[in-house]
Amino acid sequence: MTWSEMQPLLEQACWDTLYMVGWSTLIAVVAGLPLGILLVLTERGALLQNAVLNKVLGQVVNIARSMPFIILMVALMTFTRWVTGTTIGREAALVPLAVGAIPFFARLVETSIREVDGGLVEAVQSMGGSTWTVVRKVLVPESLPSLISGATTTIVALIGYSAMAGTVGGGGLGDLALRYGYQRFETELMWITVAILAVVISIIQFAGDYAARRLHKRGGGSGPLLLFRPLRGVLPGTAAAESTTKTG
Amino acid sequence: MITTSGLTKVYRSRGREVTALDGVDLHVREGEVYGVIGQSGAGKSSLIRCVNLLERPTSGTVTVAGQDLTALAGRGPRAGRELRRARSRIGMVFQHFNLLSSRTVQDNVELPLEILGLSGQERSRKALELLDLVGLAEKAKAYPAQLSGGQKQRVGIARALAGDPKVLLSDEATSALDPETTRSILQLLRDLNRQLGLTVLLITHEMDVVKSVCDSAALMERGQIVESGTVSELLATPGSELAAALFPVSGEATGEDRTVVDVTFHGEAATQPVISQLSRTYNIDISILGAAMDTVAGKQVGRMRIELPGRFEENVVPIGFLRERGLQVEVAGSDDTDTAVPAPRDAKLVKEGAK
Repeated sequence: MTWSEMQPLLEQACWDTLYMVGWSTLIAVVAGLPLGILLVLTERGALLQNAVLNKVLGQVVNIARSMPFIILMVALMTFTRWVTGTTIGREAALVPLAVGAIPFFARLVETSIREVDGGLVEAVQSMGGSTWTVVRKVLVPESLPSLISGATTTIVALIGYSAMAGTVGGGGLGDLALRYGYQRFETELMWITVAILAVVISIIQFAGDYAARRLHKRGGGSGPLLLFRPLRGVLPGTAAAESTTKTG
Repeated sequence: MITTSGLTKVYRSRGREVTALDGVDLHVREGEVYGVIGQSGAGKSSLIRCVNLLERPTSGTVTVAGQDLTALAGRGPRAGRELRRARSRIGMVFQHFNLLSSRTVQDNVELPLEILGLSGQERSRKALELLDLVGLAEKAKAYPAQLSGGQKQRVGIARALAGDPKVLLSDEATSALDPETTRSILQLLRDLNRQLGLTVLLITHEMDVVKSVCDSAALMERGQIVESGTVSELLATPGSELAAALFPVSGEATGEDRTVVDVTFHGEAATQPVISQLSRTYNIDISILGAAMDTVAGKQVGRMRIELPGRFEENVVPIGFLRERGLQVEVAGSDDTDTAVPAPRDAKLVKEGAK
């Protein structure tokens, strides 16, 4: 296989992966953040204490988390058709990816929120702050570095999941490696996909860690996030980080 | 200004019940600094949290500035609009400062103003004004992590004052600070109390805090208030545990047939040379076993443990002489008067205060 033959395949696969991971990350963050916060707030003794809701949410998250992704994808077929009108292609792969990532991210959010010092919540309550104020001004901003790390982990996990999207014709880098590298013995192409995945994951991890560290430190100069800037909008990683910032 | 009546708080967990507050009646007058002192676990923290209903009392009422807060509370754990509004008029400072690390000093002070719904311009004007008041104007753009403990507490105080409260609650505000910083923070609280007519309710385990800033004090033990009153009243109360703890004097009798007398001087009497008068008038030798002089609540107070030769029966007249002079006299070891010998419990309290 020559490079000119490989190039369009790789390009298409990259776009497919980016499409699936980008959208599912966005959905996971938008839905997982409130879900994670709710998991903490409905706990016994917490602000919105509600044992029944807490149990139900916890169970749903646990079941969704423990489901192997490939099974989730098949199990959700009816739902996928209802949402996208099809069970084949990258749109169809997107639905189970998002559904799988929501509880994943929600658990990470839960852990991050739990780490916020209860004294801060108490302080805001003593000022007359409502539960919503506590969420908006304390829980999210104070756990932001940790939330960004959580989003980074979610993206990396989603890239992993998206490799199985080929099963429903979703395409993507994982699918390419499987079909060409494994089934057709195109070892070269396989190695290139592996390299691309390694580079992409490294960049995402680095950008996520950098943003989290930057926010965590606080107090140095407030200059622009140099490394973060040029990547904005290109990588799903930065998109996720941005959407988290907006929610805060 | 703050009145609690029959305040009770019972914590239930896994079938076990712990009574943190057991019928607490507290009365804090407008414009005073009121200290509640007690050991860990005495219920001080629960008490101060019940005042702004961060903890819901199991029974009893809390009235702040004429408003019955317990009536506003509702049933659920969530605070309704009315209660939140009432809370915004009660400032609170915390032992561990509880500043948001993600916000600058100025933004931390602006937080309660954001909750009150002030515009950006008003917020920043007010915040800078408050930071100036606590002497931290130049740190407005710093993050809490860059401040020392004392500075953090100053920010905490500025933040507590943002809603123009009439009442300030202080939850062990100086317990995480070194003695020097503690003094400066207490001085600040005292100044604010005077300048703004702020009523301050503070809880502490340090006797020094009560000694240096409080007008009134209460001693808490096992969820109950054991003693309370203005500091001068307490000092004038024979056998007051608080007075003894505020003013420990020690010294053992040197022999069997001796009378040990604790004399407390305050007000006018503090300036008179009573001991030498006593010695000259009755021609007796007096030995001083222990003595302390201090300023409590802005007044000079002295306490002395002296020993007179002979048994109590032989010393009735000299002791009468001391009483006549307006001194408070307690005879150690006699049955008819309360003794001023600190019980072991007080000794512990003093020790804790000395840390």
